Amino acid sequence: MKKSFAAALAASIVLACTLPAMAQSIDEQVNTLFANSTGWFVSFIFSPFPGTSFPWIVGWLVIAATVFTIYFGFIQFRAFPHSIALVRGDYSDPEDAGEVSHFQALATALSGTVGLGNIAGVAVAVGIGGPGATFWMILAGLMGMASKFTECTLGVKYRNEFPDGTVSGGPMYYMTKGFEERGLPAGKILAVMFAIFCILGAFGGGNMFQANQAHAQIANVVGDYPGWITGLIFAAIVFAVIVGGLKSIASVTEKVVPFMGVLYVLTALVILLMNADKIGWAFGQIFEGAFTGLGVAGGFVGALIQGFKRAAFSNEAGVGSAAIAHSAVRTKEPITEGFVSLLEPFIDTVVICTMTALVIIITGQLVSDPETGLYVLNEAGSAIQTVDGNSGVALTSAAFSSAFGWFQYVLAVAVVLFAFSTMISWSYYGLKAWTFLFGEGKTKELVFKVIFCIFVVIGAAASLGPVIDFSDAAIFAMAVVNIVALYALMPIVKRELNSYLTRLKSNEIKKFT
Amino acid sequence: MNKKIVVGYDGSSASDNAVDFAVNLAKASQAGLVIAHILEWSPYTFLTPNEIEERHARRTEELERAHKAVLDPVMQKLSKDGVEATSELRYGHIAETLIKIADADGVEQIVIGRTGHSQLSTRVFGSVAGSLAQAAPVPVTIVP
Repeated sequence: MKKSFAAALAASIVLACTLPAMAQSIDEQVNTLFANSTGWFVSFIFSPFPGTSFPWIVGWLVIAATVFTIYFGFIQFRAFPHSIALVRGDYSDPEDAGEVSHFQALATALSGTVGLGNIAGVAVAVGIGGPGATFWMILAGLMGMASKFTECTLGVKYRNEFPDGTVSGGPMYYMTKGFEERGLPAGKILAVMFAIFCILGAFGGGNMFQANQAHAQIANVVGDYPGWITGLIFAAIVFAVIVGGLKSIASVTEKVVPFMGVLYVLTALVILLMNADKIGWAFGQIFEGAFTGLGVAGGFVGALIQGFKRAAFSNEAGVGSAAIAHSAVRTKEPITEGFVSLLEPFIDTVVICTMTALVIIITGQLVSDPETGLYVLNEAGSAIQTVDGNSGVALTSAAFSSAFGWFQYVLAVAVVLFAFSTMISWSYYGLKAWTFLFGEGKTKELVFKVIFCIFVVIGAAASLGPVIDFSDAAIFAMAVVNIVALYALMPIVKRELNSYLTRLKSNEIKKFT
Repeated sequence: MNKKIVVGYDGSSASDNAVDFAVNLAKASQAGLVIAHILEWSPYTFLTPNEIEERHARRTEELERAHKAVLDPVMQKLSKDGVEATSELRYGHIAETLIKIADADGVEQIVIGRTGHSQLSTRVFGSVAGSLAQAAPVPVTIVP
């Protein structure tokens, strides 16, 4: 007995020692395999319009957001006050107390989207595109509200309700049911394509990328150590939550993440107030840079691409993930969830991302030429020279720390928690796509969850350039399929909207308080 | 029967005392009883995607369990004793919801049991009795 224990111990020590090496070689193999087999897909998704450097996928998202904005008559501005009233619960039937409230649906969807995009993504956008990128980011956020509105209304309208009271919804369901209702072909094919991309996106951008960045941030604070250790710990926690049903960890995260978000915004506000005299100048830089580029890499087109791209990465409007998150709410009117969801890109992009950008600009992280006022590029000419040569999450960290030294630790905790909550959300989105393809069932769901946990370790272990490129591409591929469906189904949303607004006007729908 | 007495009931022995007290009161003043059980709930908490998905099913379960474990026993006991009573089962903030029920026509007073929480938790979260004493539209009796 003792002997076998000792043998097992020895074996596990050997395993632990060889793991890094194994992970290393696996990494290389995975890298090569992915790069060879998926490179065409990545370059297809991110390929620019002919003769420009503007990726067509960004254009695709922005055009869709513009179409929805115009088609629904600037719904994001018209319905904004009503959205707030819905979230406050003014229109909630007291009889429904105990069901998921609009506030809860919004908070949960937000904790899935607020994350690295708001911290690292914005720093990348401003670092490459200059302050002007902020302008385009805000614009993309405002337009994205209409995309969210459209997809979330459809998500609720065509969700599946099962006899046990649980609900499954999302683009897969509106593609099949909605297309059938309108007599359109290929709904099923679109749905299967979407589900596949969603699973890939869940393993990649919603998992590996998060694990990877969380490890980078921890290593930044405590010093460098092998990534697979972080990966194993993360995977164990994720496993405990999604397989073991250990709800306490998830609910603690769900409670801490919103406070982290609020703390982040408040700290940013304090820094802005401390530099109140520079706010006017910062907005001047943002507007000037939006149209002139102020000498940044790629000129004003560079600012525009960066702004649009990072906004899309951050708020996921048009991607379809939010339609899954919002579809479980209890409401008699699907359109009300659309109204509520349009607040999501507003909070995520227009508020939080703008805060990050303003703090980076105001704390003077970007080096400019004192004589010409133009920004100085780094040696490679690929980005603006920053004070300490930082980029990405390190740039945001440096900007905040320049005002409050302790904030880098708060930020490290926030990044880890944001990453974790994004993983939990995406494990759910991926699972919904998985069960759509393979059907509901304990074993089938377990298979997905175990694979998901394995990808956490792989993601944290090393920088998997091609794999992460691919997973980003998969998330955007979701948008390609999803937006086709949104165009096809937008008349249905319009009908719902008109009917609801008429009844709201005639007081048929009224406040309960 | 217009006059009503609302009893805040949670199945604890303190709330049993409150019911006993309210029964005597009701008999004396010929009022009806409303046995109110409130499930603590706020629309502003944060849930995971899974919790959101299962919420509707959970709620159905919770309501069933509350009926079976808390309300049914006391209602049976009351009807055996020949006391006329109705029950209310709601979600919400306990004191606020009791006040909402008390706002209904004809409610004369609210009777609750004293829960005897520690001083600390009362200081941090406030107590049902304290909130009722401050905000109730009708007299409140607290039964030890």
